[in-house]
Amino acid sequence: MSGNAAIGEAAIRAGCQCYFGYPITPQNELTEYMALHLSRRPGCTFIQAESEISAINMVYGASVAGVRAMTSSSSPGISLKQEGISYLAACELPAVIVNMSRGGPGLGSISAAQSDYYQSTRGGGHGDYRTIVLAPSSVQELADFTHRAFELSDKYLVPVIILGDGMIGQMMEPVEFKHEAPAVLPIRSRSLRGAKDRPSRIIKTFTSNPAELEEINWSLYRRYQLIEKEETTAETYMTDDARLIVVAFGIAARIAKGAIKSARDNGMKVGLFRPITLWPFPSKKLLELVKVTHHFLDFEMNMGQMIDDVHLSLGDKATISFYGRPGGVIATPSEVLRVITRLYHQKGLDTKK
Amino acid sequence: MKTVYTRPKSLKKRVFHYCPGCGHSIAHRLICEVIDEMGIQDKTVGVPPPGCAVFAYHYFDVDMAESAHGRGAAVATGLKRANPEAIVFTYQGDGDLAAIGTAETIHAANRGEKITAIFINNAVYGMTGGQMAPTTLQQMVTTTTPYGRDAKLEGYPIRISEMIALTKGAVYIERVAVNSPAHIIKAKKAIRKAFQAQIDGLGYALVEILSPCPTNWKMTPVESWKWVDEVMAKEFPLGVIKDITGDKNAD
Repeated sequence: MSGNAAIGEAAIRAGCQCYFGYPITPQNELTEYMALHLSRRPGCTFIQAESEISAINMVYGASVAGVRAMTSSSSPGISLKQEGISYLAACELPAVIVNMSRGGPGLGSISAAQSDYYQSTRGGGHGDYRTIVLAPSSVQELADFTHRAFELSDKYLVPVIILGDGMIGQMMEPVEFKHEAPAVLPIRSRSLRGAKDRPSRIIKTFTSNPAELEEINWSLYRRYQLIEKEETTAETYMTDDARLIVVAFGIAARIAKGAIKSARDNGMKVGLFRPITLWPFPSKKLLELVKVTHHFLDFEMNMGQMIDDVHLSLGDKATISFYGRPGGVIATPSEVLRVITRLYHQKGLDTKK
Repeated sequence: MKTVYTRPKSLKKRVFHYCPGCGHSIAHRLICEVIDEMGIQDKTVGVPPPGCAVFAYHYFDVDMAESAHGRGAAVATGLKRANPEAIVFTYQGDGDLAAIGTAETIHAANRGEKITAIFINNAVYGMTGGQMAPTTLQQMVTTTTPYGRDAKLEGYPIRISEMIALTKGAVYIERVAVNSPAHIIKAKKAIRKAFQAQIDGLGYALVEILSPCPTNWKMTPVESWKWVDEVMAKEFPLGVIKDITGDKNAD
């Protein structure tokens, strides 16, 4: 199954009732999957909207009505959705947004890239808010994380972004759907479906009172702190004895894994640290690894965005090198291996006792 | 004693913040009267706009969800599709519906979304201080057309309701005004019909209301009410623009 289709199937199984999309490569298979499998389902809605802006605002409307809703796009389209994402965050509305990112800036290319790390993890839209960002690196994870995204979004009332890329979205892999649609979806106590047998309610963000808005920001901040404490996740691979640890996320982590396997075959002790939640970034888990080594290589398919978080996590406790391939160019495992090998020798890690 | 005039049940007991002579408060009241008469207060969800009516949710005693500027039709689409039993209306100004939200509006109408749009046309951006709107009349002075709107530089006042009427999904479009008792009675009938079209599941309905803005037009309320008839209604003629509600069967 393709990665894009796997997200669609997982979303339907997670109880997603509304999907609003707009064509853009490389995520069209997801929109098409929803057209085929969701649009005629009783009680469900599929709309190909007139723009990405409309699609995210339809998600907003459906979320206000209390149902699980999602949209998907790729980099330029995600830029257009930022207004809506800011409103969703401000109104504490759950929603799942999939970004099958491509090379940028501008119209860029349709090839896989990771240059939307800043956009995803730094808010993207206006205002002081965060979105949970999940970075899968296999089709199986796309399915699993889609389920998790809906759960997290409902649990914390925040929009959740799944940050994939054009490669993972379009590659075919076996996938097992481990989660069935919940019999009863979480009740959203704030949803608006008409004020029957209760006072009327308002969902809004605007206030002419800065003190009130400050309190809303504090309330969001406290929730973000809780998310950082409870939901930060990362994967480590062969780090126990590593002299050099590669830090990479998403598809880059998968490429790096191939390189690390070869490096191990060549007798180099190399490991991998893969952040799974890009926000919250697994800073503490990364910092723990300085007990193992002081040498890190940050590898990204951009010119260095996550590296800011790596620096913030490790501070001056480690040396951090960087290898980046921007613009939709996909580095091969052998190219990453070349970088690893050079660094390993330069640092004298091969002669270390 | 017979009560002939009272506060509608779905209008909250709260003093309007609108300027004297402004049409918003009349439009609010008319919508609330219709909601009461149709008995739909407990299933109505409103989508108020940014702008002068941003606080509409403080007046309507129904569920209300704020929309970003221009996105009302998309938000209402999501609300209605996710909960088809709800009666969903948007309340939008001219800068909202006829400029930044043109795409959302035209396409919601074209899909025949079963929603009701109340479109307040006062020919200016009100809350931001009286800038040119897409509906600003030619030669009209605003803060961003200080020399008067010149068609050569700033284009023409747009008749968005006529444009929307061209979409097959729009079933009922009428332009009304709230500047005289006779016009107010007609406006209420139009609003009622626009809600009825939604209840009958016919498609998209819109009522454009020519609404005086004495503050930004730099007029007294009485002058502004006259100006609606003498100038504005010449560019935006009152009356039914499209009505196929009689031809369409509920689905």
